[in-house]
Amino acid sequence: MIKYILKRLLALIPVILGVIFIIQFILYISPNDPAVVILGVDYTPEGAAQVRESLGLNDPFIVQFARYVLDLLRGDFGNSYVTGEPVAVQLAARFPNTLILVVVSMTLCTILSLPIGIQSAVKPNSWFSNITAALGMVGIALPTFWLGLMLILLFAVHLEWLPATGSVSLTGMILPAITLSASFMAGTMRTTRSSMLDCLNQDYIRTAKAKGVSHHDVIDKHALKNALLPIITVVGVNVGTQMGGSVLTETVFSYPGLGIMLTNGIKQTDTPTILGCLVVMAICIGICNLLVDIIFAFVDPRIKSQYSKRG
Amino acid sequence: MGSNTTTEVLTRNAILKQFKKKTPMQEIMIRFVRNRMAVVGIIIFAVILFCAIFADFICDYDTMVVKLNVAERLQGPSAAHWLGTDKSGRDVFARVIHGARTSLWIGFVATALSLLIGGILGAIAGFFGKWIDELIMRVMDVMLCLPEMLLAMAIVAAMGANVVNMILAIGISRVPRFARIVRSSVLTVRGMEYVEAARAIGARNGTIIARHVLLNCLGPIIVQVTLIFASAILAISSLSFLGLGIQPPAPEWGNMLSEARENMRDFPHLVLAPGMAIFLSIFSLNLLGDGLRDALDPKLKQ
Repeated sequence: MIKYILKRLLALIPVILGVIFIIQFILYISPNDPAVVILGVDYTPEGAAQVRESLGLNDPFIVQFARYVLDLLRGDFGNSYVTGEPVAVQLAARFPNTLILVVVSMTLCTILSLPIGIQSAVKPNSWFSNITAALGMVGIALPTFWLGLMLILLFAVHLEWLPATGSVSLTGMILPAITLSASFMAGTMRTTRSSMLDCLNQDYIRTAKAKGVSHHDVIDKHALKNALLPIITVVGVNVGTQMGGSVLTETVFSYPGLGIMLTNGIKQTDTPTILGCLVVMAICIGICNLLVDIIFAFVDPRIKSQYSKRG
Repeated sequence: MGSNTTTEVLTRNAILKQFKKKTPMQEIMIRFVRNRMAVVGIIIFAVILFCAIFADFICDYDTMVVKLNVAERLQGPSAAHWLGTDKSGRDVFARVIHGARTSLWIGFVATALSLLIGGILGAIAGFFGKWIDELIMRVMDVMLCLPEMLLAMAIVAAMGANVVNMILAIGISRVPRFARIVRSSVLTVRGMEYVEAARAIGARNGTIIARHVLLNCLGPIIVQVTLIFASAILAISSLSFLGLGIQPPAPEWGNMLSEARENMRDFPHLVLAPGMAIFLSIFSLNLLGDGLRDALDPKLKQ
């Protein structure tokens, strides 16, 4: 088991390095000149050359990449081109907010969509199943940011129940979390439903029913346990997509997270900030994928047995 | 006697016609048309496509879509302005109609771009296998670790916010999806006898891939095209909403929403119309994609 986890952990390193490489390469070939951003109105050709030299921007790409990764290991994300402050400070202040938002919306999404998906698979042609399927189709097609605006109109402007701007508090979190989770809820629900339907049609379910296992136990122990793998995969993938989706949600609600920092960074062509935000999000997603793999090992006895046999 | 034979021939033809085997294409059409949701999807999409193609005939671009008209700013729906006007006095209905042209056009080019790159990479990976496959798919896996939205944002950040860069950003960020689907389709087809036969008669690799392999895995690719087209339209409006895509006054649903935010409190109709437009295009394309999948591969349907 530990061997499996270690192996996954090691496999994570080249992926994260690869992501950093791709992002940095994209930003490296950019025609934007950092010296212009840093110097602003004080721009002179000599000053610019000096700035580029001091930042090491004249070095070959591979050297820059290696330096960035080494700095990263010490927790140094470089300094913002616009404010001159360390990016790490900003990241440390904002990242927890985004993480909380994603966790809350993930939880919301999972605790609502799993039971609904299971129920609609158990009774596939009921009115409940049809209504949730239709809602799912609508939910997947709803643009996140539009849903957010509509929720603000309804709950903040009309009913005045909740604040229109998001914040890290109970009331400030409700609307952003619902907005962020809506489209994922639809996806998770559909996967749960189809995965459960697959399992319920298997022979072992018929056997279980025939030998007199209660309806409840058939669903819980025999069907759900086997249907879990695709559901876990989807939930894991969702975390990554939610990180991306949080950019829009945060903009709609002016929620103080990584998303707004990233958007502002892009608008100001502040490369270290852009790089920092993307790298933190990518590491987060990598860790999530790792967690999914580990959960897989616990749920799927095939993986467990593979490693226990060898030692 | 003579008339008798004619009737006989006629009946025989009618019977034959009834039992004549339908071509696969006809069967797909029949399955598709029987699917009510898919038909709804194709109708909605046809309306949007019609608006996009004939936008200039419906509303004039220069006078209604982009021209500032401060005297008529922020009006409610009326006979002259069906959906009212925005904060610069531009007709919202005209902008939504012309927004369809922007979204569909850019979405189409971006999808075509990612299909081209992803298709070629996936076909090469699947057909040749070994280290080429390993290399291409590792790069794709790394790209998949970054959500499409973030990858697109990184590309826009590097290149600057304009139409060409947005097409590149959206197209490239969806390459891995196509590469994966084409690769897996190619893998299933690669071992078939007809591929071997083509090779035996001396066809070159390129010909085999294009004529024999890709043509036989069109089904899943077509389905993926509709779904990615939908996601491209969403990405266009998302980027524009963030101010990283199409800039106003050019009409685009996302930047209309972004502009309408300031006045949303008093003029909710400004956010309703463009949002509905985005929703309906994605919704119809998803229905279309699902319908095509069921029609093309009836085994999948339960």
